[in-house]
Amino acid sequence: MATEILMPALSPTMEEGTLAKWLVKEGDTVSAGDVIAEIETDKATMEFEAVDEGTMGKILVAEGTEGVKVNTPIAVLVDEGESADDIASGDTAAQALEAAAPAADAAAKAAPAGGSAKAAPPATASAEPKPDTSPDWPEGTEMRTQTVRESLRDAMAEEMRANDRVFVMGEEVAEYQGAYKITQGLLDEFGARRVVDTPITEHGFAGIGVGAAFGGLRPIVEFMTFNFAMQAIDQILNSAAKTLYMSGGQMGCPIVFRGPNGAAARVGAQHSQCYAAWYSQIPGLKVAMPYSAADAKGLLKSAIRDPNPVIFLENEILYGRSFEVPVLDDFTVPFGKAKIWREGSDVTIVSFGIGMTYALEAAGKLAEDGIEAEVIDLRTLRPMDTDAILASVRKTNRLVTVEEGFPQGSVGNYITSVVMEHAFDYLDAPVINLTGKDVPMPYAANLEKLALVTTDEVIDAVRRVTYR
Amino acid sequence: MAARRTTKKPNISAEELLGYYRDMLLIRRFEEKAGQLYGMGLIGGFCHLYIGQEAVVVGLEAAAKEGDKRVTSYRDHGHMLACGMDPNGVMAELTGREGGYSKGKGGSMHMFSKEKHFYGGHGIVGAQVPIGAGLAFADKYLGNDNVTFAYFGDGAANQGQVYETYNMAMLWDLPVVFVIENNKYAMGTSVQRATKSPSLWERGAAYGIPGEEVDGMDVLAVKAAGEKAVAHCRAGKGPYILEVMTYRYRGHSMSDPAKYRTRDEVQKMRDERDAIEHVRDLLLQGKHATEDDLKAIDKDIKAVVNDAAEFSKESPEPALEELWTDIYADTVPQTA
Ligand SMILES: Cc1ncc(C[n+]2csc(CCOP(=O)(O)OP(=O)(O)O)c2C)c(N)n1
Ligand SMILES: [Mg+2]
Repeated sequence: MATEILMPALSPTMEEGTLAKWLVKEGDTVSAGDVIAEIETDKATMEFEAVDEGTMGKILVAEGTEGVKVNTPIAVLVDEGESADDIASGDTAAQALEAAAPAADAAAKAAPAGGSAKAAPPATASAEPKPDTSPDWPEGTEMRTQTVRESLRDAMAEEMRANDRVFVMGEEVAEYQGAYKITQGLLDEFGARRVVDTPITEHGFAGIGVGAAFGGLRPIVEFMTFNFAMQAIDQILNSAAKTLYMSGGQMGCPIVFRGPNGAAARVGAQHSQCYAAWYSQIPGLKVAMPYSAADAKGLLKSAIRDPNPVIFLENEILYGRSFEVPVLDDFTVPFGKAKIWREGSDVTIVSFGIGMTYALEAAGKLAEDGIEAEVIDLRTLRPMDTDAILASVRKTNRLVTVEEGFPQGSVGNYITSVVMEHAFDYLDAPVINLTGKDVPMPYAANLEKLALVTTDEVIDAVRRVTYR
Repeated sequence: MAARRTTKKPNISAEELLGYYRDMLLIRRFEEKAGQLYGMGLIGGFCHLYIGQEAVVVGLEAAAKEGDKRVTSYRDHGHMLACGMDPNGVMAELTGREGGYSKGKGGSMHMFSKEKHFYGGHGIVGAQVPIGAGLAFADKYLGNDNVTFAYFGDGAANQGQVYETYNMAMLWDLPVVFVIENNKYAMGTSVQRATKSPSLWERGAAYGIPGEEVDGMDVLAVKAAGEKAVAHCRAGKGPYILEVMTYRYRGHSMSDPAKYRTRDEVQKMRDERDAIEHVRDLLLQGKHATEDDLKAIDKDIKAVVNDAAEFSKESPEPALEELWTDIYADTVPQTA
């Protein structure tokens, strides 16, 4: 059967090109893979190979012709004993052209008139915000005072006892008992199979963790701090976060990346960055950033059970702080549920992680002056409990966000956009986003203090939005 | 035509040889068809063909058993066909349709099959190497004797994470075969222009990992080396490196001006070292098959490939709702 050879598209964007040179002439025998022509686009000259075998029956477009549209017949290939005229005129070309325009077609089919099959994103907020305000534990539950550090360790130990596939890996997690002693005692209880010291190779062991998760395990990968996870961020984003989607739902990556994040104390610019806004930008990741010990425990247990990759941002300064933690056999905190630490009607302060320290301190001082702030701890940034924020703003009509990260593209900026879109009419003052300053973290004690967000700044911002 | 190098008459059954012939030919015809569909605008974006390298995956698959895993780069069509994935599903993914392995959401570079233990399909050069070691880590942790094949290119062999992985794979005795597919070029950069190391597999010596160079145009040589490597890993002796010397006939991706090598160089490889022609010669010379037998196989394969192409055109584009699915796996048990 005679086959038409069509002008090929040789790059994703090519629409037409110059048929620069024929390397075969009529009557030549060609086999699949032979270079038969050179085609020029504005970017490059490319070789064009035959995909079928046969004899060059007729050349339809002479060499040197410019502006040859993709899919135009340029030659006819015939089998032995055939002539080029055997080809039914135009048929195959028409077929090819039809086939080449599937996108428009199918799109038209998929979206019938009336648009019943409209693809809509999941809503960022409901029309009537209905936050889940149920308590995290039943009333009357026995409580115990515990540090954030102990809570994190307990969470891992409990989950490791419950599921043999959960293991911890990272630098100094085993024999050294953790650079910040979060994994204290785990090696003794679970042994070297499940508490794995790694060499200092973040990129490599993050990738090994991802592979282990693909292979059916539940890795907890500890970064000594999240500053060092920059070397691994490709594996976190490209391999862990995107695989479920890229596989059409076939293969996910249940893994927890955890470690201290943000400023510690006077460790300089390279050891002090907050990555909350960075990771919470990525679809496919979940991001938790607990403040209290109870949340550290409940959220980490949820994170380990989650079938998705979770970024778990801790804070070195909070590790040693003590809080009340419920004494329960299996205490978890769900993702996407904010916690209202303090109710108030004059202003909403939204924060997370160590920012809560300043938010709560400020709220206490403001109350002495008769300003009642509602303080919301987001606890997880992705998913984010925007309903809790919107419900509160509808009540207080004013909003201040508090975080330690850099100002441009901050978590507060995103919250502000959600509030503008869904509660604009409820606002009585511009939203203020308090963040760390727009500078690399300085070392000098006085400058570092200036670079970080402070309780006084929160108080000042609240006074500005309440005009008091 | 120049003389083709032939191996000594191998001690191998006709069936086995015919199997390799069929598997390699399927990849080649499939890729040629993909190139054709690309030219017609049915396949978009990047599309990296495996033509010329067929003996690598076919030889190594011959050394694998059920349960073994494989992971590779974006040049993945051959690996998927060789491990038994459905040509229809692969081709429909290339055309971005609902019937593709990833429902059209992954594309040429991103496909997966849990059933066939194929773990992608990765677009970041070198990223699949630690992932392969992680798969091996899981198998070792679970106490089975599975082995993982982690395939990567000569260009990828210069990535830092490869060496981080070598170090940990050896430290923890992970059952992973690192397969360097040395096709002599990383896009337009020849191996010689990217490194002064005379060989890539020898770099494993710095970590204590044994390895060897393999003739990647000879499927029997690849299989033999694969068996040795796999036996090493299964015996719990840790990783092994195979540097498989091969050649890609086509451009790096579909849009490759190919100015970094001569047409003669490519033609010479095709004429003298083609892996499929090599097996064809063995079959005919050893009187394992007649020209007609082989023609019949060619015909079968053409039909399989044409069916795949048809399927990939007829399968509809994914429903628009698919934009918003598969971002999160959603069942989170709140109790262990
Ligand atoms: C980290 C990274 N850098 C650059 C690229 C762009 N890129 C894609 S393939 C490639 C060449 C890789 O060559 P090689 O590893 O030899 O594999 P081959 O294509 O020959 O199979 C480059 C530079 C990429 N995808 N990822
Ligand atoms: Mg290469």
